[in-house]
Amino acid sequence: MALKNSSKSQPIGVIGVGSFGTAIANMLAEKNEVMVYARKQEVVEEINTQHSASGKILNSKIRATFSPEELCNSCGVLFFMIPSAAFLEVTRTFAPFLHPYHLVIHGTKGLAVQLGEGEQWDTLKKLRRNQILTMSEVIVKETLAVRVGCLAGPNISTELSDGQPAATVIASKYNEVIQEGQRLLRSEKFQVYGNSDIIGVELSGVLKNIIAIAAGALAGLGLGENAKGLLISRGIVEMAHLSKALGGTASSVMGLAGIGDLVTTCNSPDSRNFTVGFRLAKGESLSQIMASMEEVAEGVNTIRIVDAFLKTAGIRAPITENLHRVLFEDLSIEEALQFLMKYPFSVDVDFV
Amino acid sequence: MEENYIKHQYAPILPEKDEWPVVKLARERKEFVKKVATLSEGRILDLIGKNPEILKEELETTLYREKLRIKQNPWDVDPDDEGPFWGEVKNNLLQIHSEVSGTKAKKLEAYQAVLRKITARYSEEIASNFKASHYKFTRRVVTYGFSRLLNAARVKGFGSLFSNQFTLQDKIQITGQTAQLRELATKGTVVMVPTHFSNLDSVLIGWIISVLGMPPFIYGAGLNLFNISIFAYFMNALGAYKVDRRKKNMMYLETLKTYSKEAIQFGCHSLFFPGGTRSRSGIIESKLKLGLLSTAIEAQRANFENGITDVSGKIFIVPVTINYHFVLEAPGLIQDYLSQTGQERYYKENDEFSTSYKISKFLFKFFTKGSDISVSIGRAMDVMGNYVDQDGKSLDKWGRIVNTQEYFMSNGKVTVDAQREEEYTQMLGKRIVEEFHKINRVFSSHLVAFVAFELIQSKNAKMDLFDLIRLPQEDLLLNYEEFKAACQRVLNQIFELKSQGKIDSAPHLNRSMDEIITHGLDNVGMYHAKRPIIKDKSGNLTTEDMSLLYFYHNRLHGYGLEKLF
Repeated sequence: MALKNSSKSQPIGVIGVGSFGTAIANMLAEKNEVMVYARKQEVVEEINTQHSASGKILNSKIRATFSPEELCNSCGVLFFMIPSAAFLEVTRTFAPFLHPYHLVIHGTKGLAVQLGEGEQWDTLKKLRRNQILTMSEVIVKETLAVRVGCLAGPNISTELSDGQPAATVIASKYNEVIQEGQRLLRSEKFQVYGNSDIIGVELSGVLKNIIAIAAGALAGLGLGENAKGLLISRGIVEMAHLSKALGGTASSVMGLAGIGDLVTTCNSPDSRNFTVGFRLAKGESLSQIMASMEEVAEGVNTIRIVDAFLKTAGIRAPITENLHRVLFEDLSIEEALQFLMKYPFSVDVDFV
Repeated sequence: MEENYIKHQYAPILPEKDEWPVVKLARERKEFVKKVATLSEGRILDLIGKNPEILKEELETTLYREKLRIKQNPWDVDPDDEGPFWGEVKNNLLQIHSEVSGTKAKKLEAYQAVLRKITARYSEEIASNFKASHYKFTRRVVTYGFSRLLNAARVKGFGSLFSNQFTLQDKIQITGQTAQLRELATKGTVVMVPTHFSNLDSVLIGWIISVLGMPPFIYGAGLNLFNISIFAYFMNALGAYKVDRRKKNMMYLETLKTYSKEAIQFGCHSLFFPGGTRSRSGIIESKLKLGLLSTAIEAQRANFENGITDVSGKIFIVPVTINYHFVLEAPGLIQDYLSQTGQERYYKENDEFSTSYKISKFLFKFFTKGSDISVSIGRAMDVMGNYVDQDGKSLDKWGRIVNTQEYFMSNGKVTVDAQREEEYTQMLGKRIVEEFHKINRVFSSHLVAFVAFELIQSKNAKMDLFDLIRLPQEDLLLNYEEFKAACQRVLNQIFELKSQGKIDSAPHLNRSMDEIITHGLDNVGMYHAKRPIIKDKSGNLTTEDMSLLYFYHNRLHGYGLEKLF
């Protein structure tokens, strides 16, 4: 089963044409041919005829398809740029066409829960590590692809589209994946770092959403920069401990995908996670907030998963635990803050 | 209820011994050794980026370590000319240092000449001295001798010594994917990876391979075993090549890996004990030594690179577990383990030494009394850990055919990427450990040892392992009824795991619980001077040797059964 196309004319595959997917596809199209996948036929036609996706402008070199098979057969490198809620489903759609020679890089920040037969996520109160999957673990489990990487870092799509300077991390156990990602994405305005601790990098991107909700809450309470500084530094400590407990290293949390992304997210009031925190502090309940948001803020889901994991891991994560109580157990934000201020953090940094 | 083990007569799969790859290899030994030396040299040069300064440093390190080894740790088996050889290497290096000046290329050439000498010596050292005639003879001796012993003990009356009623297969049961293994051995190259608990394993596996009608496998045996001349004879006869664990220098290790890789590529079925040495703690290997394993992956990739994409170039990994009631050297192994982990907290009380007298006594008892051994052959996998079918095709989790070559391809070509293959080796190691746990066969003795230790531990929850081992015997009494109930709980869980395909169990575990316990108590560590579990006069249970109990208990480690206590 040799590849149909020879290597030079092979386009790069991008799956998903949301704002991040579009931004990445445009960056890739600067140097290469790009083929994108969209589920809806009208979106495919819009891209192929008008070079735009739901209004976002696309490079004219980008072709679209709604056939996973065509995309997989034409491309050797695939970027999965899909929201975490759809991740499993899309991965399963692609699974029959993915081969061991494919390099897959994903840009999704989320965790999946692996349920046994007859188990319901809503009734599970405890999760062990082997019941939680990062997105790269989902790919490896569901498909034949093994050379998998992830893309993480402070990458706000609109800034990328404007061509502002930015950087990202490509993490993979495989050097060839990192090198390929760097070759494809690096430009004068975009720096690409490599990291071999893929789990740590994925977790950094996921766990920072928890802290982003807290940052939104502080802003909603009208608190200032001192409080934010406090939160970010305590947040990093918590992320480092959680990352270690889930199989990452603390040092990845120190990098672009950890601190870098955390600072950006805590300062961007437009982000969904920040908004959830902000509105919570203004007195709304989770169900009210959810009702008026198009997509679920990933941080909410992460808090549930991590809180369930804490019950089996034997470690404490005060910010996560208190946010969980605020979101799901009717604790007020003020009380949670009081609790955190009294929490006996004795040491400043205890993980490096 | 008890299923009967059916003895099979397996016809040899390749009837003419001239056709065995291992015989071909022996015939071409000289050229093969030369090839290994040359390839190793190239490999080392690549590793150091052909930099003469680094090569010089590596040569000096190797020289220093070898001199130190000769002085501090000499063995009988070491050749006499070692001293002079390394003396000459030293002179060569000095000479190059003082005389060769000028270009990098010249220096590299000079150092390379020294390197060539070393790899040539190492590959000659490692190479096996397989002789088909010796193999046949040894096989006959072992089979004949063992079955005489067995029949003498079991068949009553005159002529028992010549009876063929019982054969070795009555003592050693072979279960699992034997048909697949035989099938695949005719199609591609098999790499067998067994668990390793006892020194007997090497001989045992050699015997299993020949019973299954397969040609001899080559395998790396510790050079220390060659110190004993009778062992050396057996090892050579079985196709063993030599692994010297004292030599940890890069040049030796690279030569060793090249030897293994080339032999696999040559088509020789191979055997590695992936745990490296015997399991000291009695736990099924969970961390594998990946060095030799990586050569299987390399050989597979090289076959693809050379365009051998049909099944003849395919390498099959076959995990095997060897299940014992009894491990002869358990007391020594567990003491090693405890003194390593406990360091100064652990004091050896007595030093049990294994002599050949002990070994023969054990063998006699083994053949005359109970205590069976079973060997489980696992499902074959490709080097990426995908199961393969009867035709050697790899299958994914959903039963679709996978082309193994695609794991080694980028941009439509097979490419060499050492870092990628390192990751693949790790993945394969994990898969092998998973398979070990699945095919591991639980015996009654494992069950009783596990339950007894866990019960004692749960009664002394605050103590750690080293405190437990020093508990006085009167604190170690277990009530029989309580023990029995706990056994039942654990057994139920084992059957639950078995129904999920996560473990296997011996047929005798289908008996009643009292019978299982009696069977277990009779068999667990049955030949040790101090028994791991005994029943006292009042019917309660106790142990004479807590560390041995710990050793046998460890066999069921890694299944989450501890949670039941």
